[in-house]
Amino acid sequence: MPKPFKFDVLKHEFVPRHEIMSEEEVEELQEEYDISKEQLPRILNTDPGALSVRARPGDVLRITRKSDTAGQATAYRLCVEASDA
Amino acid sequence: MRNVASTPKKIGDIQFGLLGPQEIRSMSATKIITADTYDDDGFPIEMGLMDPRLGVIEPGLRCKTCGNTVGDCPGHFGHIDLAMPVIHVGYNWMIRNILRSTCRNCGRMLATDSEIEDYHATMEEWRTQNRDVWELIKKTIKKETRGKSGHECVHCGEIQKKVEFDKPSTYREEGHKLTPVDIREWLERVRPEEAELLGLNPDVAKPEWMVLTVMPVPPVTMRPSITLESGERSEDDLTHKLVDVLRINQRLQENRDAGAPQLIVEDLWELLQYHITTCIDNESSGIPPARHRSGRPLKTLSQRLKGKEGRFRQNLSGKRVNFSARTVISPDPNISINDVGVPEASALELTVPLNVTPYNIDVAREFVKNGPKEHPGANYVVRPDGRRLKVTELNAENLALRLEPGYTIERHLVDGDIVLFNRQPSLHRMSIMAHEVRVMPAKTFRINLSVCPPYNADFDGDEMNLHVLQSEEARAEAKILMRVQEHILSPRFGGPIVGGIHDEVSGGFVLTHKHKHYAKKEALDILSRARFQSELPEPDKVEDGTEYFTGKQIFSLLLPSDLNLKYRSEICPHKDCDPWDPETGEGCEFDGYVVVEDGELVAGTIDEKSIGAFQGEFINRIIRRHGASFTREFIDRMTRLVLGAIMHDGFSTAIDDEDIPAQAQQQIDDNVQEARDNVEDLIRQFEEGELEQMPGRGLEETLELKIMQELGEARDQAGKIAGEHLGMENPSVIMARSGARGSMLNLSQMAGVVGQQAVRGERITRGYEDRTLSHFERGDLGADAKGFVESSYKDGLSPTEFFFHSMGGREGLVDTAVRTARSGYMQRRLINALEDLRVEYDGTVRNTVGTVIQFMYGEDGIDPTKSHRGKPVNVTQIVSDVVGETAEDEPVEQVDEDAYDSQDAELMRSLQDEMDIQNPDDFEGAE
Repeated sequence: MPKPFKFDVLKHEFVPRHEIMSEEEVEELQEEYDISKEQLPRILNTDPGALSVRARPGDVLRITRKSDTAGQATAYRLCVEASDA
Repeated sequence: MRNVASTPKKIGDIQFGLLGPQEIRSMSATKIITADTYDDDGFPIEMGLMDPRLGVIEPGLRCKTCGNTVGDCPGHFGHIDLAMPVIHVGYNWMIRNILRSTCRNCGRMLATDSEIEDYHATMEEWRTQNRDVWELIKKTIKKETRGKSGHECVHCGEIQKKVEFDKPSTYREEGHKLTPVDIREWLERVRPEEAELLGLNPDVAKPEWMVLTVMPVPPVTMRPSITLESGERSEDDLTHKLVDVLRINQRLQENRDAGAPQLIVEDLWELLQYHITTCIDNESSGIPPARHRSGRPLKTLSQRLKGKEGRFRQNLSGKRVNFSARTVISPDPNISINDVGVPEASALELTVPLNVTPYNIDVAREFVKNGPKEHPGANYVVRPDGRRLKVTELNAENLALRLEPGYTIERHLVDGDIVLFNRQPSLHRMSIMAHEVRVMPAKTFRINLSVCPPYNADFDGDEMNLHVLQSEEARAEAKILMRVQEHILSPRFGGPIVGGIHDEVSGGFVLTHKHKHYAKKEALDILSRARFQSELPEPDKVEDGTEYFTGKQIFSLLLPSDLNLKYRSEICPHKDCDPWDPETGEGCEFDGYVVVEDGELVAGTIDEKSIGAFQGEFINRIIRRHGASFTREFIDRMTRLVLGAIMHDGFSTAIDDEDIPAQAQQQIDDNVQEARDNVEDLIRQFEEGELEQMPGRGLEETLELKIMQELGEARDQAGKIAGEHLGMENPSVIMARSGARGSMLNLSQMAGVVGQQAVRGERITRGYEDRTLSHFERGDLGADAKGFVESSYKDGLSPTEFFFHSMGGREGLVDTAVRTARSGYMQRRLINALEDLRVEYDGTVRNTVGTVIQFMYGEDGIDPTKSHRGKPVNVTQIVSDVVGETAEDEPVEQVDEDAYDSQDAELMRSLQDEMDIQNPDDFEGAE
């Protein structure tokens, strides 16, 4: 398991909100977009954002960020194991 | 081989592997032993490089191997048995890796059995997970090639030595050279399952095959010799190279068999290695490229495939096409923006297939009867059995009679056919649009002036390409999706990209500026050019029995009756004036406040912001309310009308447009003199240490800034004075103010003062020691010595001024050249990355495997084409529509491309200076 940071990056204003989605939410999401989990964009489990919410490989993160065009935009990412480099 | 299957087959998978000596021999049609090609009678020599068993290149002959003629015979490989083994350049990197990670004695991988087992397990795991195994291999290689020398092999106990590699293909073990024979033996000892961990698929490649003992000789069909007009034979580069290989191979063999000294054999061996290396890759580093007698480097195997002109990018990703034409373009304001004028000569060559049916057989007969030389004719008749018959003047009548339903004819291009029209560089989707054909006399393609902006075309010799669509589906698709009228709005900025340019803008100004009257006869003359057919409005005034109409009234005739607009045009320099009132002459003194009420131009002048490309408020408003067809019609009529107006009035400019009164000239001179004095004073202060330093600046910087500011003001002042004497009746001013061409700055540089020349944003400093030119004292900081140009373009520049001006001008040219090269490469990379993404019906952006890239296109799902200059909706307009009161348009932030460019250039430069990047294009290798 990668080491968590000493401070919470999520508190920085430039870092969008990351949350781990519940299984039901993930199912709903998959239904909405008619996709398998693997078709989601990915995020490494070593990513500072993923670390901060303690996401494990297989979790799906909901990332809510500010958007220039839409005001607020939501993206979903599948957490994957960073191959141990 | 005789019957090559013609049905399309699906490729199941592709396997890449190495050719082993056995395979090379078994696919070889003949062994090649002699370097000679043809004998004295011009016949190919058996077992020579042009052996007839290698395929046919001469028409009429049959292949000795497969019995086919040219075109059907694919060619056959031969082989050369090498006297000594030689390393294949393409695999040096892998040979090096294997030598470093395996034992010099037993050939086992230098890792413990359990480690090796682990590698296998991980590889298997990655395979089942469908992960990129090559990534794992790279990691393994990285780990296993390090720190092995000096240690014992865990398998046999042999002490490992350090393997050094010298380009191009020398391997050394602690100074002792490894010959290709040694290397081959070593590689033979490597176990297949361990080679797999290092990246070789044991099913298709053995490590020792990377050292050649037999060399395949490519078929003659891929290296045909050409017979020159003089009857002389000229051989392909590859053949030349193979001749070299054969010659040296022969000499090596003879010398070795004769027991020549070791040194000589080694030299020849080295030479053979060189020739085989360059035969494969003539650009590999560490060796001089093999050259032709003329000094041109030979184009060998690798060069045929690599790069922009290689097989992949030139012949496989992009191909030449039939049914296309290319010629010079010229303008024709009388055709629609949807049209393209095609010269008759082209129409006779370009054809469209027409299926003959009972319903069109008479038409089809007519085409065929006209033959290939009379315009709406036909060039070919295709019978139902697939046989193509060329229509000639002699057989035309006959063929026409024999036509039956089921035949296809290839008829000439006629008016109304849909074609694709393209101008390179094709940077955005508007670079290829569908047009309707209009066959015309003369030899150029004709396009409407208003479609120049999307193609970025002008008529200084530009050429464009035309492609004739060959199927109904293609035509329908092009007509619905690609027609010019469907691209009036640009997805780049959510506004019109099609619109008036140059004279069209001037014409709009001339017609509508202020309260100009046209007698009925004149008004009809102008309107007839627009092919206007309807009622005239009430005349503005009647004098001596003649009815007079205003230009604004004439222009209004084109506008839809529900058009309501209110905005400040380009011409108006103020921010707060009222609409101009023709009765009192009050309001905006330049008539720059446009008001349209129910399709009537009440006040304001038509300029670039009204009808111009990129801005065109009228076009923008009309297309959103009335759609593409109506807008196309509007643009067509508008173009003809404003050009009719400018031709009616006449419009010309000359250098005397920039004449200013002597007293104004005096004023400018005085002004400049004052600035000069101020500069002198600043320099004096600087020298005497009185100059006050600006915060964050050095003393010299302060001085430079202040001088620049002083001289800049002087030029602006001169421009202002000149501008006062150049009124709105002046054609140059009309062009500048209406946005047709040029700027007030250009005019003031012609009439008043050109101004300070700059290189890299600073006054000119380079040249001689402590001075720019030998005409000045050393250390002269004055205006003249540092590139201030006091003269006007009209007066002409002094020699020193001219020189400084050239320096500034050169910088501009270099910047544009660099910028186009760099942005072109950036775009290539972007497109390669994005080309197969698409927006699905659910609004997500996905790639070809269905992975989501973006959950909502642009995060807001807005089609920028339909946006209002990038914003989802035009709130002001919705409010006005609902309230029924025309609100003033919010001023649009103007896209001044030049300003962006110079800002970018400035930014890039400072970044480069900071990071000390000499040439950003050096990073290209990353591709």
